[in-house]
Order: sequence, then structure tokens, then C-alpha cells
Amino acid sequence: MSDKSTIPFGPQHPVLPEPIHLKLVVEDEKVVEAYPAFGFVHRGLETLAQKKDFNQMVYVVERVCGICSCMHGQDYCEAIEELMGVQVPVRAEYLRTIWAELHRIHSHLLWLGLFADAFGFENLFMQTWKIREKIMDILEATSGNRVIISVNIVGGVRKDINSEQAKWILKELDDVEEQLKDINDVVMNNYTVKERTVGIGVLTKEEAYELGATGPMAKGSGVDLDLRTTGYAAYKYLDFEPIVEKDGDSYARNLVRMREIFQSIDLIRQALSKMPEGDINVPVKGNPPAGEVISRLEQSRGEVVYYIKSNGTKFLDRLRIRTPTFANIPALLKILPGSQLQDVPVLILTIDPCISCTER
Amino acid sequence: MLDMLKSVFSNLSRKPVTRMYPYEERKPFDINRGHLENNIDECIFCGMCQRVCPSNCIKVDRKTSVWEYNPFECVLCGVCVEKCPKKCLKLDVHYRSCTDKKYNIHLEKHDDSEKAGA
Repeated sequence: MSDKSTIPFGPQHPVLPEPIHLKLVVEDEKVVEAYPAFGFVHRGLETLAQKKDFNQMVYVVERVCGICSCMHGQDYCEAIEELMGVQVPVRAEYLRTIWAELHRIHSHLLWLGLFADAFGFENLFMQTWKIREKIMDILEATSGNRVIISVNIVGGVRKDINSEQAKWILKELDDVEEQLKDINDVVMNNYTVKERTVGIGVLTKEEAYELGATGPMAKGSGVDLDLRTTGYAAYKYLDFEPIVEKDGDSYARNLVRMREIFQSIDLIRQALSKMPEGDINVPVKGNPPAGEVISRLEQSRGEVVYYIKSNGTKFLDRLRIRTPTFANIPALLKILPGSQLQDVPVLILTIDPCISCTER
Repeated sequence: MLDMLKSVFSNLSRKPVTRMYPYEERKPFDINRGHLENNIDECIFCGMCQRVCPSNCIKVDRKTSVWEYNPFECVLCGVCVEKCPKKCLKLDVHYRSCTDKKYNIHLEKHDDSEKAGA
């Protein structure tokens, strides 16, 4: 009975809204090998950098990913600003941070819903998405759109948050935090959840580091790697510690994401209380000078890297985006062999895959 | 095992968080980017909106005084509204209604005095 057979997972699979194909070699119910295949949603967005001017590209890179769109725009703008030597106003830095953290909260809540759905806990899925709707309302009320909020421009931000809105946001966040505490007990202490996550898909600290895992995948394995500590945008003015868990299993990765939601709420509160008055953007004249730049920041899924090569005209020579899901695929392929077939969807979801990001 | 009970009981006494959509609509936020409108009488056909648009959905012809806009390609970023020198472009808070046919919005300005002068 030890014959090996090959089972295709995806590109269409009930637990994943996005297309990823994994060829799973199984022995009975145990996965022994996994081979990934990508490219189902490649859109060639990087090449558009040569066709659209650098200001228009902000709106293109925001569409790389629907869930962390604001942070894609932020990273791109920070790269261009570094190239052009533009210093954005402090208030713009704070606003970027607030929107980025709101995106982190809604991304983690979306992930938690999908994760609960992956092992059949549909009630939790509905509860988390109900909470997420409050965050979406905040995004819509402050930017004008729910998901692709288009607030970042080269030189600052386009929209402002006034004191009335700030008060309303704080009130909504209190509500979100209260409801999340109830959910937190369910996710972290529930028998069903623990049975499906504790001790499953273990990635050791060394493996996580060597395979270049990033974000909650690395933090769940004890790697203290959070780019926010490098102090881009307004993080240099805020007080926080990266969240790290030791165990390296699916449960630890859950725990990192749950704790990060509370951390993000705290960061938004800090940012709103410390945010100074002032301009929200500076005028940017001319084109980026010829040169290369690399800009990195911490998205909800991990580190995103933007490489930009400019030739001095308004069109860029090359834009390259390394997204966090792409970096987490080797780690996923490490934890899949040895797992049971029924755990495969859950393990894939613990890396919080964003395939549209990965394929751009 | 009984962690969800609090939510269960609070949900029993609360009204639904969802809405019966076509019959009951949520009031849009003040800065909602619903759809783009152009007050063609004030438009000077400078073509700024066409130049800044990231999705190339606006075509402006200065000679014939035509402003053409494809609402299905528009990504509603609102850059054209910010750059418009005459402030005749405006984002309305309401979304366009659904349709089964794609169409372009074609606006023309008929200035009689200009024609008479020419």
C-alpha cells in the first residue's frame, strides 16, 4: 500500500480564491513531495512602468494586490522619493502609517476568515468579516474607496484625516478591539482550532532564516524580522516591539497575526495622538534622475521589495517587485512534505498566500 | 468549547448586520468616489485630465471641443479632478448603475459666439 500517487491541488480549489497549482506526491494520506506551478494570473504590471509615467504608476502598483494595495503604493512612492531626494512632510508620514496599519488589520481579518473557512468553521468566518467591515468603513470614509484607496502620491498623501474623523476612528477601533477580544478567545483556545494547528507544519528558526521566510511566517518561527523597526514612514516616532512566537507551527503563525491586529490598533492610536499639524504633501517637480533604488517595507504578509531603475525620463527603465508570498513559497514547500493531505489547505493558508501579488 | 456563546446570544438580540441591498441602501460617505462627471459648459478642453489619467480613459479633442470618457476603463482614482484647472470635473458620491451594454460618455460644447467669430 505504499504506492505513490500524484494529486493536483488547484489551480481551482474551494479554499483558495486565487489560482495556485501544487502537484502533491502522496503516499497513502501523507504528502511526500510538493511541486508548485505559477503564472495563472500574470498581468505584466512591471512592464507597464515603461509605458506609463512615474506618477501614473502609483495607481498601477496599487493594483498589484487588493489587500495590501496601500502599502504597495507607499513603497513605490518611498522609492521614487528616495531617488529624487524628496522629503515628505511629517504629517504625511503619519497618515501613511495609519492607512498602512488599517490595511494590516483588514488583511489579517480577511486571512482569519478564510483560514476559519478552510477547516469548516464558517461561523468564525462570518464573525471576522463582520468586524472587518468596520475597518473598511474607516478606509472608505477617510479615502473615498474601500479597498484600492489611492492615497499615496510621490511627495506625500492626497487625503487628510481631520480631528473629527480621528475621534470617530478611535471610537470604531475601541469597538473593533472589544469584538476582537471575543474572537481571540475562540481562535486561540478552541479545541477544533488547536487540533488542526498545534504542532502541524513546523518550521524551525534556522529553516525559516535559511529559506528566506518573511512576515508572520518568519516571526512565528522565532525570527525577529520586522522591517517596521527600521523606522520608515512614522514608525520611527512610535513605540512598538516586533511580535515573535517560538513554536514555528500553524498555531504560532495564527498567534502572530492575531497579536499583530491588536498591535496595529495600538499603533494607530499612537499615531493619531502624536500626529502633528502641517502639510500633507510637497510639490514634486521634474523627473527622477537616472539611477537605481531599492525600497523595502513590512506588509501584512511580510517584506516587500521594490527595485527601480530610472533613466532620467518620466518613464522608468525597470520596475521589479519582490512580494512576500513569493518569499514564503520555499518555506511552504518545506512544511508540506510529511503533512497529512487534509492539512494541506490549512498549511497553504498559514502563509497567507496572495497569488496576484506573486505573479503581478 | 463555549467560547462563541457570548457572540451567539448577542447576535440573537441584535438586528442583522447585513442590509437588504436593492431595497435598503447605505448612505455613501461624503468623499466617496462614485462616478466622474464633467460640467462641459465650463470645460476649456485643455487635456490635462487626459494626460494625468493612469488608465487612459479620457480623450479630449480641443479642435472639435469634444470630451469623451469611458466609464468602464476608469479606475476612479480622482487625479483628473485634482488637476483640472477649471474645476469642472467632479466625483459624485453615487455609483453608476449596472448595465448590460458598454458605452462611452460623449460630451460636446457648442459655443455659438465662437463659431460666429470664426
